[in-house]
Amino acid sequence: MDLDSVYTELIMEHNKNSRNKHSLDDADLSEHGHNPSCGDDITLELKFDGDLISEAAFTGSGCAISQASTSIMIDLIKGKSIEEALELVETFIAMIKKDIDDQQELRKLKDAMALKNISNMPARVKCAVLSWHTLKEALKERN
Amino acid sequence: MTSKQEFAVKERISGQEFAEKYKADFPILKQQINGKELIYFDNAATTQKPESVLDAVDNYNRTINANPHRGAHTLSARATEAYENARAKVKDFINAEKSEEIIFTRNTTESLNLLANSLEALVEEGDEILISVLEHHSNILPWQQLAERKNLKLKYLYPDQNYRIPLSELKEKLTKKTKIFSISQMSNVSGVINPVKEMAELAHQKGALVVVDGAQGAPHIRTDIRDLDADFYAFSGHKMLGPMGIGVLYGKKELLETLPPFLKGGGMIEYVKEQGSTYAPLPEKFEAGTPNVEGAVGLQAAIEYLEEVGLDKIKEYELELTEYALEKMKELDYVEIAGPLDLENRGGIISFNLKDIHSHDLATIVDSEGIAIRSGHHCAQPLMKFYRLNSTGRISFYFYNTKAEVDRFLESLEKVREVFGYGS
Ligand SMILES: Cc1ncc(COP(=O)(O)O)c(C=O)c1O
Repeated sequence: MDLDSVYTELIMEHNKNSRNKHSLDDADLSEHGHNPSCGDDITLELKFDGDLISEAAFTGSGCAISQASTSIMIDLIKGKSIEEALELVETFIAMIKKDIDDQQELRKLKDAMALKNISNMPARVKCAVLSWHTLKEALKERN
Repeated sequence: MTSKQEFAVKERISGQEFAEKYKADFPILKQQINGKELIYFDNAATTQKPESVLDAVDNYNRTINANPHRGAHTLSARATEAYENARAKVKDFINAEKSEEIIFTRNTTESLNLLANSLEALVEEGDEILISVLEHHSNILPWQQLAERKNLKLKYLYPDQNYRIPLSELKEKLTKKTKIFSISQMSNVSGVINPVKEMAELAHQKGALVVVDGAQGAPHIRTDIRDLDADFYAFSGHKMLGPMGIGVLYGKKELLETLPPFLKGGGMIEYVKEQGSTYAPLPEKFEAGTPNVEGAVGLQAAIEYLEEVGLDKIKEYELELTEYALEKMKELDYVEIAGPLDLENRGGIISFNLKDIHSHDLATIVDSEGIAIRSGHHCAQPLMKFYRLNSTGRISFYFYNTKAEVDRFLESLEKVREVFGYGS
């Protein structure tokens, strides 16, 4: 196992100083996500402008992978439509499950591609996908 | 060097030799993980097996295997004998009076579920069950559900600042309504050893039945069940060098006789009529279905091995190793230990966190150095909540661990810090 391919600079940066980690004043939607077995715990808050996700932020605690994954996801989905965001969630989960390996197809995940190597660490997969599942739940509620 | 210091140094060396000598008997420990010699520090979760246990199970399967108790043929008789010999060994191991008092189960969890199920016959609405916040989920959920089914009150004991449950806390919470008191012998999170003998005495004075969860006790602490005087005692073979899938429930004979069976089916009956049946005598009454004979045979070999090493020596050496690790960890300002720093009533389990690093990341990074440790809530969420911890890393020793391994583990903590951009 190559640690450097998992604990990359980008991930460590997002883990340490996430600009997305705060609460939103008047969020339209708040969704709680939890990995009981390891204690990762996040609350995702979203604001909408019609069909668009206009603002997103999170609070909570957990390992570097879960925190960075959440922060990177928020960067990606801000300004996207609900439909686009749901599609990105599916692509991300497929990448972690190794269902999609095509670089071309993964390119739309942008920085979130940095989490691809987690797919080689079964024990950490659930840390990486927590926020994405949480977002999916939230958007399903909205729809 | 004073002679006392010299003596101490000698002791250290002999302790080290002790561990190295026994470690050689464990084939699994001779491998590399991620390119490094394996260090196995997850013994509270499960322990490893020496050659003698592997051989005993293998030999049973190669030469004896048959369904015990059922057939008139030679192999069936031999399998029955092997199974009953194992039961007798367990009886001697905890110094129980009779073999019928030893019920084989799958593990501690099943033992406690069996009990909570069967004890339902002895409780009624308004009664109280007393447990502690230290307990493993296995010693919480069965009681919680029994309490829900029968409308009982489930009460908890809490530790003091020193991580120990004071006897005064027990005295305060015991009432005439307390019907069941269930407590762990040793916490799998903080490593604290509870004064179970004194606790059992107090609970008995109030007329409560006493259940001891020996999952972490039996492997590390010499336990004389008659001296301890618990009514029931549960433990798992896989945490004491034995195979997975074999566990024990000890119960006082006169109590087990009054309790209804848990699982029903073959092996546990006397007469079955179309309507209504009578049950087999102890211990078969509680052992429905084909038992895990190879597991029992493996457990017997494990006990024989432990007796050869000596439980008192095991405890003494583990304490020495724990002291060594605690002393060094105390010096590191980025380590926060979630448990007592003194050695009184304490076993070889250390839960801890590194400042600003989640335990899950910690476990992943030390694994890359070949070191197996646990992270998470350790199946003790109420305790974690009580200490306001989200999760911790945990190292847990057995007598085959060495000080050199502790040193390498401490070095790996530096590496964890480096990956996170802290420290040197
Ligand atoms: C104190 C305690 N009780 C019960 C258990 C459950 O043991 P098992 O999983 O073997 O049933 C454990 C195992 O971690 C434990 O540490």
